[in-house]
Amino acid sequence: MRFPTDENVIVGLERADDAGVYRVSEELALIQTVDFFTPVVDDPYAFGQIAAANALSDVYAMGGVPKTAMNLVAFPVREMDLAVLRAILQGGIDKLREAEVVLIGGHSVEDKELKYGLSVTGFVHPRRVLTKKNLRPGDRLVLTKPLGTGIVNTAIKAGLAAPGLVERVTRTMAELNRRAAEQLGRFRVHACTDVTGFGLLGHLAEMVAGSGASVRLAARAVPVFPEALDFARMGLIPAGAHRNREFREAMVEFGEGVPRDMQDVLFDPQTSGGLLISLPAEEVEPLCGRIRDQGGTAQEIGEVTADPGERIRVA
Amino acid sequence: MALVDARGLSCPQPVLLALGEMKKLGTGSLEILVDTDTSVENVTRAAESQGWNVKDVRPEGVGYRMIVEKA
Repeated sequence: MRFPTDENVIVGLERADDAGVYRVSEELALIQTVDFFTPVVDDPYAFGQIAAANALSDVYAMGGVPKTAMNLVAFPVREMDLAVLRAILQGGIDKLREAEVVLIGGHSVEDKELKYGLSVTGFVHPRRVLTKKNLRPGDRLVLTKPLGTGIVNTAIKAGLAAPGLVERVTRTMAELNRRAAEQLGRFRVHACTDVTGFGLLGHLAEMVAGSGASVRLAARAVPVFPEALDFARMGLIPAGAHRNREFREAMVEFGEGVPRDMQDVLFDPQTSGGLLISLPAEEVEPLCGRIRDQGGTAQEIGEVTADPGERIRVA
Repeated sequence: MALVDARGLSCPQPVLLALGEMKKLGTGSLEILVDTDTSVENVTRAAESQGWNVKDVRPEGVGYRMIVEKA
């Protein structure tokens, strides 16, 4: 399919990046993104927060600052109490306020199934746009949230997750990627994306494909919810994790020491996951230190190698 | 042989039914009917986590018939 375009499109649909980017002037480009989904948690207020954090994340992943947002709502108005909708919208608004983003509109439709999300617009300097497509041999990879939310959500559906775990996972999904994103401008970041439905390995595969480089991942260094490994061993794994594996396993080599439960977590689809950042080795510690000083998670999980085979080797 | 029919159920229900039946039986053989590849993968993990072996997985109708055993 051919899409309408012009010379000011910096990142368009062909690139399939986290968001579109359009040059307004030599100094300013707009980042635009939209995302909405069905509830991922039972608590409507938390769902609103998570949906907003997730929508904002695409702007952060492009190296931008989100500025304005619009709500998208599909609601079964005949079957469901409007108090549920109010709680969802309040969760979204509170997250936008935390991100210093203004809500300037929205649209709602009646639907059998509840859905909520947002369209977000942000600003970035046209020469400071971060995309998935610039891995450089020698770079290190940093991840800023623990993995396993998809598996834990499946365990929640099964009634097997302890309340404390539900609370921790909900808080992680609702956490803005802002703290990490605000640090990126200080460093020579080469590529960045956020980890969502394709899982860590799926999104890493998008970065590796076409890069002419390969990646070595240290499974033991990857931050995970430990309970997710237990639930994976029990088979509480969302269908998306198996689909992600099927789609990308040809690119991935697992060392013998990487157990199947860890492999499942590496393919687990994430809701509102962390940023995956590629930057020079000597800048890893300063970046991670700054993110941690702000109360965030940041962990070096692997490196980019010169092997042109575009492989992901997990040891 | 004991049978769990988990066809038409979505994740994680097939795993929960299979785990429940394995717990009830303790040892022996169990047949499990599922209708997605995801359920085959997940029930395999569930069985192995409880010390059961997957003896056979064969296509049946639009799904699969799995046989798991524990001595």
